[in-house]
Amino acid sequence: MTLRDASLRGAPQRPSRGHGVAALYAGNARSVVGRGLLATRSTNWIVVLTGFVEPIFYLLSLGVGLGAYVGTVQDAAGNDIPYAAYIAPALLAVSAMNGAIYDSTWNVFFKLNYQKTYEGMLTTSLGPFDVALGEIVLALLRGGAYGLGFLLVMQAAGLNLAWTAVFALPAVLVVAFGFASLGMGITSYLKTFQQMDWITFFLLPMFLLSATFYPLAVYPEPVQWAVMALPLWHGVELVRGLTTGVLGPAMLVHLAYYAVMIAVGLAFTTRRLRALFLD
Amino acid sequence: MPSTPVIVAADLVKKYGDFAAVDGLSFEVAPGESFGLLGPNGAGKSTTMRMVGAVSTRTSGSLAILGLDPNRSGPEIRSRLGVVPQADNLDNELRVRDNLIVYGRYFGLPLRHLRRRADELLEFAQLADRAGSKVDDLSGGMKRRLTIARALINDPRILLLDEPTTGLDPQARHILWDRLFRLKEQGTTLVLTTHYMDEAEQLCDRLIVVDKGRIMAEGSPAALIREHSTREVLEVRFGSERNAGAAADLEGIGRLEVLPDRVLVYADSGEAALEEVTRRGLQPMTSLVRRSSLEDVFLRLTGRSLIE
Repeated sequence: MTLRDASLRGAPQRPSRGHGVAALYAGNARSVVGRGLLATRSTNWIVVLTGFVEPIFYLLSLGVGLGAYVGTVQDAAGNDIPYAAYIAPALLAVSAMNGAIYDSTWNVFFKLNYQKTYEGMLTTSLGPFDVALGEIVLALLRGGAYGLGFLLVMQAAGLNLAWTAVFALPAVLVVAFGFASLGMGITSYLKTFQQMDWITFFLLPMFLLSATFYPLAVYPEPVQWAVMALPLWHGVELVRGLTTGVLGPAMLVHLAYYAVMIAVGLAFTTRRLRALFLD
Repeated sequence: MPSTPVIVAADLVKKYGDFAAVDGLSFEVAPGESFGLLGPNGAGKSTTMRMVGAVSTRTSGSLAILGLDPNRSGPEIRSRLGVVPQADNLDNELRVRDNLIVYGRYFGLPLRHLRRRADELLEFAQLADRAGSKVDDLSGGMKRRLTIARALINDPRILLLDEPTTGLDPQARHILWDRLFRLKEQGTTLVLTTHYMDEAEQLCDRLIVVDKGRIMAEGSPAALIREHSTREVLEVRFGSERNAGAAADLEGIGRLEVLPDRVLVYADSGEAALEEVTRRGLQPMTSLVRRSSLEDVFLRLTGRSLIE
């Protein structure tokens, strides 16, 4: 059983605090996480696996294959680093994003529209914030698992250039958290499979263009600004700084970007769940 | 026995844009009572249930569930309700027994308690041998019983059932009724919606007949029949083309309702009415004498059939 957490704290909690918050949050998001972990037993593991191996194939083909032609690239501090070590942290951020997106879009889509999972949850004493937080934490766990796996691959391949790479793991959790919280809110608007394709339509260019495979400097300045507005670019730069050991105050900007994204995503998703199920 | 009602609704209204799905309902439900909302599809029953279940906010009027206002104390009210929705929303990714345990966790109940309670409820729902099954492998009737078991996991004060037997075959319905009757005997307050009059007659101590968001009548099934219908009904069929014409010749035998496929004659004695029909020289293709039901009450009140 995966449900054994802080469960034996006694009788059912009766939230009776200020009515505004109590109506949204019962402090029981862990029951939603517990449900998700238990349900994972029947998950389609092939789908899970493809999300994990995809960045590895990119690393092999581009980092190792193309990298043989490219040679070295200059990092932010002006040091020459191998091409594979340049793109690997970007792929790490992408892998965390993939995990979070998979859970917070397709899984949420089915639970919302077909399995009516949230409808059932919200007839209990759970509030919409419990559901949103629980589901987002699950997506974050998936993103974190992808990230950890990829980080280990990087370590084995000698692509972690600095000891600060250990902080890349919490960093990818932040990235996953950001994408998961926003992804779930957006998914709540999507009703058909065709609409779900829009997500891929948006994610693919972001993946290719966010200074993933080459430095931002190749773009003209207006394009640079556009790319810098995208969430993935901040994730890529954050993780790249940590694995290559080039740290700077810009890291705080990247973190702040995600802090805002997470806060907005959580609030947005909670509002949507309330509008959908507690009208 | 004077006791505080568990549900008090006064002038309850729910509007979607300009459309009033519920248009001024007032009713009370006493503890331990089995209370029904009878009406056709679209009458506003489910909307009312959602408001009582504290998952939908009212547009106006007042509503108190266990003395609490659902607009302000939604989670607290929901923690004391059991809900059986119209469409099963069991968790297909979880096994049968896990469905109960996980649902109980949503109420913040301790796991050790839930394991024991889940086994009791599986026994009650006659699903003990399916504890490890996938939900998808259960029959429609079994899914409904599991949904009811799930709704009981938090020992609710009130059990809300929205069309509990719609879509089930007759045998499955009877099994379900038996289970619900046991709950009623144990003192659980039941609130159910239905468009089946036999269900309302079987399960409800008292009911309101709802149409277009308004209450048409209120009372026990027997009292409603007594008040709005006759003891017996004679159903005669003359063929689709001729029912309306024959009705003219039936005037005076009793109150008439002319339906496309048959004519209903309301009389205290159906047999006597049938004798009068034949004495007048009319020869119906088929005739049937039966007791009045809530269907007749509904027809009388609205001029329409319950199931269209």
